[in-house]
Amino acid sequence: MGSVILDQLKRDRILDLLKEGKRVDGRALEEQRQLSIETGVIPKANGSARVKLANTEVITGVKIQPDKPFPDLGDKGILICTAEILPLADPNVEPGPPTEDVIELARVVDRGIRETEMIDLHQLVLKENKSVIGLFIDSSIINADGNLFDACSYASVAAILSCTVPKYEIKDEAPVLVEGVTSKAPVQTLPVSVTMARIGDYIVVDPTTEEEACMDSRITITTNSEGNICALQKGGSNGFTVDQLVRCSEIALSVGTKIRKRLEQLMQDGKE
Amino acid sequence: MTQLMTEDGIRCDGRRVDELRNISIKVGVLKNADGSAYIEFGKNKILAGIFGPRDVHPKHMANQDTGILRCRYHMSPFSVTERKNPAPSRREIEISKVIKEALQPALILKDFPRTVIDVFVEVLQADGGSRCAALDAAAVALADAGIPMRDLVSACAAGKVADRIVLDVNNEEDQEGQADMPVAMMPNVGKITLMQLDGILTPEEYKTCLQTAIGGCKRVYEIQRKALMEKYFQNGEQ
Repeated sequence: MGSVILDQLKRDRILDLLKEGKRVDGRALEEQRQLSIETGVIPKANGSARVKLANTEVITGVKIQPDKPFPDLGDKGILICTAEILPLADPNVEPGPPTEDVIELARVVDRGIRETEMIDLHQLVLKENKSVIGLFIDSSIINADGNLFDACSYASVAAILSCTVPKYEIKDEAPVLVEGVTSKAPVQTLPVSVTMARIGDYIVVDPTTEEEACMDSRITITTNSEGNICALQKGGSNGFTVDQLVRCSEIALSVGTKIRKRLEQLMQDGKE
Repeated sequence: MTQLMTEDGIRCDGRRVDELRNISIKVGVLKNADGSAYIEFGKNKILAGIFGPRDVHPKHMANQDTGILRCRYHMSPFSVTERKNPAPSRREIEISKVIKEALQPALILKDFPRTVIDVFVEVLQADGGSRCAALDAAAVALADAGIPMRDLVSACAAGKVADRIVLDVNNEEDQEGQADMPVAMMPNVGKITLMQLDGILTPEEYKTCLQTAIGGCKRVYEIQRKALMEKYFQNGEQ
C-alpha cells in the first residue's frame, strides 16, 4: 500500500493510456477485475469466505460468541470487523503493530457494514445490558494487489451471509450454548463498497497496486440495497472536485448493483 | 432519547438547521512552536502546534525530493465524559491520517526536501466534529508557521438529523442522528481534501449534504482569515 516506488515514466504511461480510455491491464475505466467469491472455506469458523479480485486475495472468517455489550449499547449485539495484511501477502509488509493504512482499511470495512445496518444487532441480545452475541469478522489479506478495501468488504459480507449463528440461552445469568440449533445472521440489507482512484482527471474503478502507487486520491463509497449512500472515505494525498464526488457516487451505485446481484444469489443459494 | 429537533426546526442546542456553532480562533498561542493556533468550535477546545520544516527522525523517513508531513491527532484523557485511555486509539490513528491527507494538498512541500513538518493536535475538550475543528486550527497554525501554502484548508461537517440536512453536527446529533459527513476543502482552489460519511443518505441528500458542508467550510474560512489578520495586521494595514 503506497510503498511501490513508481517512477514518473510509469505514471505518464498510465495517464497516456487513460487519455485513450484504456488501462494497463486492458480494462475499461469503470470496470472491476474478475471477482470470485467462495464461501465455507474454513469449516471451524461460523462463516467464512475467500474472495479474489484478480490477484488481490482475502480470507475472512466470522467467529460468533457471547459477550458483554458495550456499556452505552446494552440493547445491541456486538459487531467488529478487522483486517490484517499478512507478511506473506506482499514483500513490503513486515510483521509488527498495524500501520495507519491497515487501521484505516479495517475501519472503512467496519464502517461500511455497520452504517448500512446490514445486521440487525437488536436481534443479537440475550439479556439486555448483560449478555449479547458478538460477531467478530476478521479478514486476512493473503495476496495484495490493490483495492484491499473492496476485497475485504466483499469477503466480510459473503462470510456473514454464509454464517450459521449458534443459539444461546440464559441460565443462571450466564449464556449457555443450545446444541444443534442454529440460524442465519439477521441480515437487513447488502452493503457493497466501490473504491475508485483519481489519476489526473480520470476516475478508475478498482485500482491495482500499480495504479494506487501513482493515483492522486482515492475514495471508497458503500451503498445499500435501497440505493442509498451509507459510508464514504476519501484517502490519498490530494483532493476531488465536487463534480468528481457526485460522479463517484453515481459510479458506486451502478457498479455496486452488479456486485449486489451476485451477493443476493449467494444469500439465496448459500453459494454462487 | 433526547429530542434532536423541534417541529419548527430548532435543534437541541438552539441552532437553526443552517447555523454554525460559535467559533473563535486565536493564532500564535504556543511560545515554543513554529506556528500554533487555538480553536473553540462549540464546546470543542483544541490546540494545534507546528514544528518544522526540521530534520527528520528517524532518518530513513526522509525523502530526497520533497519534505514530508506528519500529523498526530490526540485526545486528552479528560476531554470526554468517560476518561479516555491516553494511548492513541485506532480512531485517533485514522483521524491523524485523514487530517494529514487533508492538509497535504495545500502545502508546498517540494520546497523543503529532506525535512519534516510535524502537526500536533491536542483535543482538550471534545464535542462532536472535533476532526473538522482540529483541521481548522492546524491549517491556521501552518500559515502562522510561515509554511508556503496554496490555500488554507477549511473544514466543517454536515449531516442528517430528524430527516433534515443540517450544518455542523454536534455531539448529540452525531450520536443519535442519521448521518454525519465531515468535509474539508481548499476554499479558493475548490478542491475537497477530506470527506467521510457515516449514515444513510439518498443520492439527492448526498448532494445537498455535500453542498451544505461546503457552505460551512466557506464560512469557517472567513473566521480563519480574520484570525490570521488579527495577528499579522493589527495596525490596520492590509
